[in-house]
Amino acid sequence: MATLIALSVLAIITMLIGAWHKYKWIVPVLVTGMAVALALNINDWNTYRHYYNEMMFVDNYAVAFNTILIVMAMLVVLIAGHYFRNVVKPLDDVYILMIFSLIGGTLMTSFSNLSMLFIGIETLSISMYVLAGSKKFDNLAKEASMKYFLMGSFASGFLLFGIALLYGSAGSFNLEAIGLYATSHANDLPKMFYAGMLLTLIGLVFKVAAVPFHFWVPDVYQGAPTVITSFMATVVKVAGVAAIFRLFNHSFMAIQPFWSTTVVILSAATIILANVTALYQRTFKRLLAYSGIAHTGYLLMALVASNATSMGAVLLYLAAYSLSTYAAFVVLMLVKDFIYDDKMEHYQGLARRNPLIAITLAISMLSLTGIPPLAGFMGKFALFSSTLESGHLYLVIIAILGSAISLAFYLKPVISMFFKEGGQIVIGLNPWLKVFLVLLCLAQFALGLIPGMITQLL
Amino acid sequence: MSPITITDYLIFCTLLFVIGVVGVLVKRNALAIFMSVELMLNSINLLLAAFSIYMNDPAGQVFVFFIMVVAAAEVAIGLAILVMVYRYTHSVDIHLLNRLKW
Repeated sequence: MATLIALSVLAIITMLIGAWHKYKWIVPVLVTGMAVALALNINDWNTYRHYYNEMMFVDNYAVAFNTILIVMAMLVVLIAGHYFRNVVKPLDDVYILMIFSLIGGTLMTSFSNLSMLFIGIETLSISMYVLAGSKKFDNLAKEASMKYFLMGSFASGFLLFGIALLYGSAGSFNLEAIGLYATSHANDLPKMFYAGMLLTLIGLVFKVAAVPFHFWVPDVYQGAPTVITSFMATVVKVAGVAAIFRLFNHSFMAIQPFWSTTVVILSAATIILANVTALYQRTFKRLLAYSGIAHTGYLLMALVASNATSMGAVLLYLAAYSLSTYAAFVVLMLVKDFIYDDKMEHYQGLARRNPLIAITLAISMLSLTGIPPLAGFMGKFALFSSTLESGHLYLVIIAILGSAISLAFYLKPVISMFFKEGGQIVIGLNPWLKVFLVLLCLAQFALGLIPGMITQLL
Repeated sequence: MSPITITDYLIFCTLLFVIGVVGVLVKRNALAIFMSVELMLNSINLLLAAFSIYMNDPAGQVFVFFIMVVAAAEVAIGLAILVMVYRYTHSVDIHLLNRLKW
């Protein structure tokens, strides 16, 4: 709760800095403010308190996912300072919208009332619609922003209709009350309740992009400015997944046999289709978009498993996924700065002149594939073994096949960097960036070495 | 003439919602799509208000206010994005937005 207040105050302070034209202060103030919010957030560990008439419930689940959200947002803000270094016009509004989006994300991890879920999703999304189109002279960004807006508001409609039907049958917006209703009426639940649950699932799955509802993702990721795309792929994805798991764990566990099959199909279809489609991508940004969709598929497996170990596995998986995806986006930003294009051909022979960049990309790609001892492997291992414990062997086999396919497209840019003859470009890095890239690489190893510490948190 | 029951409200609101969904899916004009989304949201508002009265619980009506506020914010953002796109394509036809492809 203190986290939410700290972040809101931070957003207002940033607006004031913008009003006073002290643009150089924005990034340092934001990073300090987010560090404060992070400390306040960790301070809430093990408190388990309800706020505002049970609108929000800050439990360890909320604290753990908020930590990932704030750390990732901090990293994005840090690299945004580098990304926008040559932009003359003031950019305070971009940073403010990122903070508002983060506020929406923290609401989505700690809601205990469906109205807070709705407000959280909308705060997050409305800021993202604007951010996607924040590069006003870029026609692709305009198109991406329009598509994101149309799809996002369409999805909110489904989510809301589902919420209305749940309210109509359970008589409350409170998660625990809905859960109690579902448990006590397990045998004579009205059809309206099932319909409401499915519509809510559709609305949320739209936001995290699982397969039948993923078509907007590659377009939006490609068109939006790269730093905003990295925000979408990390913060928005983590918040969406956290919201799905929170809603289902608290409200719909009583009717798991009903939705289990649906989620299995969603998950399997997402894994197969996203991994296969990613093989045909020619631009690196679209490849990362399909990679993000595929990882949503793996994460949905944990929803099917829903046992004692699955939440810890999801936490580790999301931490590993967002760190590796972020590292890949940092490399993409650095390369794109020099070539103004994200086609895969431009990565040929990059390793000879820019070893650090090439190594960072290689490590993050291997981590996303799930090669030991990197973070991504530990995440996948925890997730797959938790799914196996619940007896979903076929789903694990599909997921392993998917990972095998993913090796082909993740290694494509790496191979062309290291083993092909190509361009002579040298990407200049200042010392800070070099240290930053080395730290990103080390963090991916470190997360792979201490997986137990994270999985045991939840 | 039988009194209007909660089922009638449910059927009516579902129909309105489906009209909105179909509108979003078939229309090419971005403004018409915005209007269809508004129709979806308003059918939900009506349904929530009907449930709220039926169950004698004010929470549903409060939720309607939340939806109205968010819908207003969404339209403000949506129209701004539409103006930005219009300056680029000189049209509100969303099928002209097809440059992002693999």
